[in-house]
Amino acid sequence: MEIDFKHKQAAHCENGVVANLMTYNGFTVSEPMVFGIGSGLLFTYIPFLKVNHAPVVSYRAMPGIIFTRFATRVGIKIKREKFRNAQTAKDRLDENLQRNNPVGLQVGVYNLPYFPDEYRFHFNAHNMVVYGKRDGIYLISDPVMETVTSLTEKELEKVRFAKGAFAPKGHIYYPTAFPEQLQLEKAIIKGIKHTCRDMLAPVPVVGVKGIRKIAKLIRKWPKAKGTKIANHYLGQIVRMQEEIGTGGGGFRYIYAAFLQEAGKLLTNNQLLELSKEMTLIGDQWRDFAVEASRIYKNRSNSVAVDQYDHVATLLEDIANKEEVFFKKLKKAI
Amino acid sequence: MKKNEVPQDKSNLESANFKELCYAVDENGEYTTELSTGWSPKTIALNNAIEALNERISASKQRVKDHKVSPLEYYMELHKMDLPILASYVGIWKWRVKRHFRPAVFKNLNNKTLQKYADVFDITIEELQRTDL
Repeated sequence: MEIDFKHKQAAHCENGVVANLMTYNGFTVSEPMVFGIGSGLLFTYIPFLKVNHAPVVSYRAMPGIIFTRFATRVGIKIKREKFRNAQTAKDRLDENLQRNNPVGLQVGVYNLPYFPDEYRFHFNAHNMVVYGKRDGIYLISDPVMETVTSLTEKELEKVRFAKGAFAPKGHIYYPTAFPEQLQLEKAIIKGIKHTCRDMLAPVPVVGVKGIRKIAKLIRKWPKAKGTKIANHYLGQIVRMQEEIGTGGGGFRYIYAAFLQEAGKLLTNNQLLELSKEMTLIGDQWRDFAVEASRIYKNRSNSVAVDQYDHVATLLEDIANKEEVFFKKLKKAI
Repeated sequence: MKKNEVPQDKSNLESANFKELCYAVDENGEYTTELSTGWSPKTIALNNAIEALNERISASKQRVKDHKVSPLEYYMELHKMDLPILASYVGIWKWRVKRHFRPAVFKNLNNKTLQKYADVFDITIEELQRTDL
C-alpha cells in the first residue's frame, strides 16, 4: 500500500516530519513555524557527557520535545509508542500503514544506507516518515533528503532499534486529533516566551550563560588538554552548529525566518525588526565557525593561544548580543 | 545570510548526490530556502573528526597485534562506537565489556557471549577471535 504523501525537504528532521505530517492532514504549517512554536531554539552545554570523544553542545531543544510543545500549543493530540520487541514494533507500523496513516519514526543514523558514509555516526535522534510499503520495502520520506527513498524490513528494524544515548526503541508517533482551525497566534506567543525564558535562564550551562561557559572553556582547552584535543573539541562545536539539519548558523536562521512569519501573522513590526537582528546574529555564528576552522585546519600544529582567545571573544560577543536580543524579544510580544 | 551567499563548496555530500537545505534572505529581505552543496569550515571539521577516528582505529589495531587488548576494542573503534554504545548494543554492563578487552579474559569467554559481540559487529566468532588483523 502507498499513501499519497507529499514529501518536502526541510533543514531539520524533526520540524520537517511535523510540517509534512501536518500538511498531509490538511493543515499547512511551515518548518520555521513548527520550530518557533515548539521553542526549538536553545543553547546548552551538556557537562559530563562525551560524544565522539568530545564535549557536547546543543543548539536546539531535546529530541522529541519540539513536536510535543507544538502539539499542546496548537491543540492537536499525538500518540507516541515505544516498543521492547521488534516484532510488535513492526506489526504496529504495518497496522498504521494499513489504515492509511503515515507515521513519524525516530531512528538511529548509523545504519541508514542512503546517508553518505562520513555522516553515519551513532546519533539516535533522527526522524523520518514511513508512508507506505511495497513488496516488503518500506517507503520513506526523510525530510533532510531531496526526494523520497526506501528501506528493507531488516534495514528499518536495525535503525529503529539502534542502541546508545537516546535509543529510539522503535519509537513511532502520529497526530490523532485536530482542532477545527489551527490557532497559531496564541501558540506563537507562548513559543516565543518559552524560548526567551530558556535563553535567559539563570543556569550556568543553558542559554546565554551556556555560551559564555563554552567561551571560557575554549580559553582553557589549549593549556589544559593540548592543542590537538582542543582543536578536536572546537571542530565538534562547529559541527554541532552547522551540521545538516541546522539550516545554518546553529538554527538562528530558521528562527529568524520564524520571527518574520510570526511578525506578519501578528502584524507586529517589532518582530520583523528582530528577525533582521537574529539574521545578523546568525551571521556572527558563521563568522565564529570560519575563525574556528582557521585554528583546526591543521590538526596537530601548535597554534598560538591567543587564537583561541580570539574565537572565545567572538563567542562572548555573540552571548552579549543574544542577551540583549532575547530581552527585547520578551518585551516585543 | 543572503540567498546568493549560501555556500556551494565541495564536500563529502557530493559523492552521495546530497544537498542540504539552508535558510537565507532574498533581495527583498524575505526569508526563503536554498540548497547548499557544503561549506568548507564544516567539511574541514568533519574530515578532521574522521581522521581522528581512523587514528584511533589504527592505534587499536596495533594494540591488538601487540596482544595488549582483545580484538573487541578494535571492532568497537571500527564501528565508531565507544564503551557505553557497545555495552548497550550487546546488553552487557560497561565494566564487564571493559574487562573483556583484556586478552586473558577474552580468551576464556564462552561462545554465547562471543556470539553476542559477533552479532553486533556482523562477523563470525572465528573472525572476532583473530588477532592478526
